[in-house]
Amino acid sequence: MDLRKLTAAGLAAKIKAKEVSVMQAVQTVFDVMEEWEGLYHCYVTVDREAVLRKAEEIQRCIGSGELTGPLAGVPVAVKDNLCTKGLLTTCSSKILGNFIPTYTAEAVRNLEKAGALVIGKTNMDEFAMGSTTETSAYGVTRNPWDADRVPGGSSGGSAAAVAAEECFAALGSDTGGSIRQPASFCGVVGMKPTYGTVSRYGLIAYGSSLDQIGPIAKDVTDCAVLLEAIASHDEKDSTSVPRKDTDFTSALTEDVQGMRIGIPRDYFGSGLDADVAEAVRGAAGVLAEKGAVVEEFDLSLVEYAVPAYYTIAAAEASSNLERFDGIKYGYRTGEYAGLHHMYKKSRSEGFGAEVKRRIMLGSFVLSSGYYDAYYLKALKVKALIKKAFDRAFSNYDLILGPVAPTTAPKLGESLTDPVKMYLGDIYTIAVNLAGLPAVSLPCGKDAAGLPVGLQLIGDCFQEKTVIRAAYTYEKARGEFGTPFAESGSVTVPEGKEG
Amino acid sequence: MANIISDETIEYVGILAKLELSEEEKEAAKKDMGRMLDYIDKLGELDTEGVEPMSHVFAVQNVFREDVVTNGDMREEMLQNAPGEKDGMFMVPRTFE
Repeated sequence: MDLRKLTAAGLAAKIKAKEVSVMQAVQTVFDVMEEWEGLYHCYVTVDREAVLRKAEEIQRCIGSGELTGPLAGVPVAVKDNLCTKGLLTTCSSKILGNFIPTYTAEAVRNLEKAGALVIGKTNMDEFAMGSTTETSAYGVTRNPWDADRVPGGSSGGSAAAVAAEECFAALGSDTGGSIRQPASFCGVVGMKPTYGTVSRYGLIAYGSSLDQIGPIAKDVTDCAVLLEAIASHDEKDSTSVPRKDTDFTSALTEDVQGMRIGIPRDYFGSGLDADVAEAVRGAAGVLAEKGAVVEEFDLSLVEYAVPAYYTIAAAEASSNLERFDGIKYGYRTGEYAGLHHMYKKSRSEGFGAEVKRRIMLGSFVLSSGYYDAYYLKALKVKALIKKAFDRAFSNYDLILGPVAPTTAPKLGESLTDPVKMYLGDIYTIAVNLAGLPAVSLPCGKDAAGLPVGLQLIGDCFQEKTVIRAAYTYEKARGEFGTPFAESGSVTVPEGKEG
Repeated sequence: MANIISDETIEYVGILAKLELSEEEKEAAKKDMGRMLDYIDKLGELDTEGVEPMSHVFAVQNVFREDVVTNGDMREEMLQNAPGEKDGMFMVPRTFE
């Protein structure tokens, strides 16, 4: 039996049935890492000894019957912006290069309560600001489908680790598409829940009104299992929403009969790659065959989401990142003349270019004289975008479209033109502005054999509709495969060894 | 480029952002910010007269709790992350001369 191919739920069942030990599962992951981590670089930190100790403890608790959670013994990866007590948490930034949290993020605690074993911390764009995982201070992550390409971002390490079978599932965070877009580029399933569903306690903040933690996994079932495990009402996060309907696995049924699905005509304009458009339309056809009522409509305001988002996200980032000042934790510069100079120098040396760019923009749009024209204007546009979605959801149960305009770009192609890179987020960003749940799942490949993602967006709190449609599509689609499915399908650049 | 960012603006934003940019970084920041603002100016095309700015998508309210300590004493662990520490406290550079 090849353990690598198992899903998280599949592995959990085998561990429960005592067919596989936790140690075997961990060893499988370590073996894959041995083979591929040198090339893909999905992780910032893996503490092998601690993982082995933990594996023994979990095995003991399973044996004694104390641990019966749905993920008991399953090795999972966690994005490096989620605090883990006693384990280095860098946010892929130099400024947190030595930060050891004194507590664990609530979502990670929930995952551990469900029995999961955190195997390591995954690489990301610095402070989650980026769409390629190239802004990490600790090197780029490569896409397992083609190592010359980016895995997407900012949760690129998590998505690549799942695709490369270097873990059985992972957590990411999504501020403007940072779970869905890398899931799309890496041919795995990623889900961003409704804002407030998963506690943000212990998530190092970027854009607090937009940030939401979610799962990245091999299939829709695993996504539902993980989301059900991490969702909770938490007093430590004042935007946490009390919900009673978080039994997401109950929605894993093949049934879209009569489901009304709208496709925004304005998502299929110029800029959308023809292969992506074809694959997404094909997926819509599959759902229609299964009994859904699929039609096109005009969502409107699509081109205003990106400028509104970057204004709001940059403003919130400039405020959230004020805490990195070289006093309580993180990097402090070596030489300085007085307190203020120390602040400035530590920050300037500790933050990378993209982070500084967004802090500068955010400080500007919040400064007196520009606040109304930029920040307030963006919040008003956000209200209009939310209204447009409300109108859409009065007619449809679900919105269907692409995740990103293209498949994964080559490494080094994106960062030179920030506005162009930001435009790559055009289909994901409005979902965060409106606080909606959405999933990304593979629906085909382009001419180069790279995965294409399908995005299904639900109304607030309607994760179950999203999961039901995603599950139905996935069953109809059949196995999507992995980068390793066929021999010779792994693209290794010349001169590089696995 | 419609938005020309002056040296003074970059200086001022640098003070607000608590960032010390090199001359090279300043020039790049001027160009970047100008381009970004040109792009953001697109929002001006929309009539938002009478639209209430939306900070949160749900009607959130202040969440209150009793002012009691619920976490334990983690001074030692927390200070281990501090770049400067003395006598169980964070050490900062001299603030007053």
